[in-house]
Formats: sequence, C-alpha cells, structure tokens
Amino acid sequence: MAQRTTEIIVGLFMIAGCAALLVLALQVSGLSPKSAESTYTIYANFNDTGGLTPRGRVSMAGVTVGTIESISLNTETFQARVEMSIHSDVDNIPSDSSAVIRTSGLLGEQYIDISIGAEMDSLKEGDTFYSTQSAMNLERLISNFASGR
Amino acid sequence: MIGRIAAFGRLGLDIVSSFGRSGRFLAGVLGGVPRPATGFPLLVKQLYAVGVLSLAIIVVSGLFIGMVLGLQGYTILSDYGSEAAIGQMIALTLVRELGPVVTALLFAGRAGSALTAEIGLMKATEQLSSMEMMGVDPLRRVIAPRLWAGFIAMPVLAVIFSVVGIWGGMLVGVDWLGVFEGSFWGNMQSSVDFVDDVLNGVIKSVVFGFVCAWIAVYQGYDCVPTSAGISSATTKTVVYSSLAVLGLDFVLTAVMFGDF
Repeated sequence: MAQRTTEIIVGLFMIAGCAALLVLALQVSGLSPKSAESTYTIYANFNDTGGLTPRGRVSMAGVTVGTIESISLNTETFQARVEMSIHSDVDNIPSDSSAVIRTSGLLGEQYIDISIGAEMDSLKEGDTFYSTQSAMNLERLISNFASGR
Repeated sequence: MIGRIAAFGRLGLDIVSSFGRSGRFLAGVLGGVPRPATGFPLLVKQLYAVGVLSLAIIVVSGLFIGMVLGLQGYTILSDYGSEAAIGQMIALTLVRELGPVVTALLFAGRAGSALTAEIGLMKATEQLSSMEMMGVDPLRRVIAPRLWAGFIAMPVLAVIFSVVGIWGGMLVGVDWLGVFEGSFWGNMQSSVDFVDDVLNGVIKSVVFGFVCAWIAVYQGYDCVPTSAGISSATTKTVVYSSLAVLGLDFVLTAVMFGDF
C-alpha cells in the first residue's frame, strides 16, 4: 500500500481515538448532551431533596414528561430550588399541582412526580410549584415512630 | 537428587538471565532514538499493522461485551427495581476494567503473536544479522517502531473499545429493554469521574500496551531461530502477555481504587 494511504488511515485511527476519549469525557463522565426536544422550565422549592440528582426524571401519572436540570440551595429560605424542564407538548399542568419526590422501588433512584390539581390556569415558563412534598426520609420516619410521635 | 537440584538451579538462572536480557534489550531499543525523518514512516507503517488492523476485532468484541453487560445488568438490577443504574454499571465496568484488560488480551492474541512471528522469522532467515552486516541497527530499524506502535495503539484501541461497549449497552438497555434514557446517562454521569475512572483506565491501557509490545518483540528477537522455536516463542508471547496483563491489572487496581 502506498505510504500516503497508510498515513491517512493511521491519521483517521488516531482521530477516532481522540473522538472516543472526547465521548468518554463529555457524554460518559461530564457535560450533558443537548436534547433536541423543545422544553419549558418550571421550578419547585423543597425542604429536603434527599437523593434527587440532576438529569433525573420528572413524571406525571408514571409517564416521563421532563428532566431535572439543576438543584441549588436558596440561601434566603434555606430550601432547595429544583429547576426542571418539561416537554413543551405537556403545556397544561394545572397551577395548583404539587411536586412530590418519590423513590422508584425500595432502593431505586428518586424522581419528581407531579400530582395534578384542579385549577383551570396552567403553569408557564418560569413558574414555581405552589405546594411540594419533600423526599421521604426513612431514618426520620423510623425515629419518629420509635419516639412515639 | 543432585541432578534435580542442579536442574532447578539452572531454571532459576535461565529465568533471571532472560529478565536481564529483556531489560538490556529494552534499554537498547529505547536508547537508540530514531531520526524523525526515517523513523516516522516506519512507525506509521507499524501503527497501521498493529492498530488499524486490530480495530475490527476490538469494535466487534466491544459491542458484544457491552450488549451482554446490558442484558445481564438489567436482569439482576430489575430484581431490585433499580434498572436505571444499568448505565453506571456498564460505564464503570468498561472504563475501569474490561476496556483496558480485554483490549490487552485481544491485542496480545491479534497483534502480539504477529509481531513475534514476524521478528522470529526475520531472525531465522538471518535478515537481522544481514542488517547488522550492512551497518543498520536492527533494534532501531525493526524493533523500535514495533514497540512504539504497540505502546501508542493500545490506549487508542482501549478507549474505542469502551465507547463502543457503552453504545452497545445503551442499545440493549435503552432501545430494547426500555430503560429511560435520561436516567441511563444521568446515573452514568453522576457516578463516572473523568480523572478517577476514565484517566485511570487510560493509564492502565498504556501500561498494558507497553508490556504486551515489549513481551512480543522480545520473544521474537530472543527466539530459537527454527520453525519450532518461532512457534514456541509465539505461544509464549500470548501466554506471558495474558498473565502479565491480568497480574498487573490486579496491582494497578489495588493502587488506583484500593483504600490505602
């Protein structure tokens, strides 16, 4: 084979290696992939997010309708502020709905479940859930039970 | 009785002297830095033979190993209702262990044996000694490009193996078994650390590549120049490389991920 062809193929091989390392860096260990789907952002404040993680799912009646973008601490109220992006085809969530943190299975990951309200208005881009229910803390539950409260 | 003890002693001396010869051989190869103008085309040619031609077996085995990990992981994890953790399981297994180790084992079988046989045949047909007669250093001309090619190609192959494996796992887990894609990648990204997991895996594969290439070229260079000698040297390459890779993997894992 001509030297030049060999050099080109080896060059492609090295580029493939670098690209693979880039995939490992960005996709497997770090930055999020851009989702093509159009979404809108809403917020919820929780007293305790438990083991909730960014990129976890947001569901409604068990169907996934969005993902958790970020979790940050509001230093004024000392509550956790969860930013979630909801698929824009689900645009009629009643404004008095509440966000509940649930666990899938006994040991599974935690996710946000939206329980539906009855209001006619719906949540818009940038709105915040009026009522939330924090993560169930098994230890606190047991200690409450043990102390008889 | 005395004869047996003497045979045992001879065995020990043989082992020690072969370690010594391989060390001097390595020093000779690495000491003679080739001129870039002549060395680079030779290196590219060997990278093609050692790296690019190994790509097919690496990609196919990576894909299937990832898919099997996806299936097995799903079966086990769904008992606990946590099949979303399949992403982090596949990624950590591949990036930390299976990527470097399986690639090295395949590399020893596919490329290492070929290197040994090639160099052994050159020695048996006295091409190496005729090079020396012409004033060309065979260590620099023949051995060094092959050693460096193995050293460079191995990490590249291991990284490609891991990526293809993760893709295969995603194919099975997300597209076939229906794990939610967001939690697949999310769990993976929250548990895989770039420096601790990915870079340590790359360091492992660099070490394995060096060891595999060294064993392969040394066995070829040191073989008995007969057809039986070449065949036993090729076998030794595969056996020694595999043992060295698995043993070193334990040591490296203990150093990188152990708690001490």
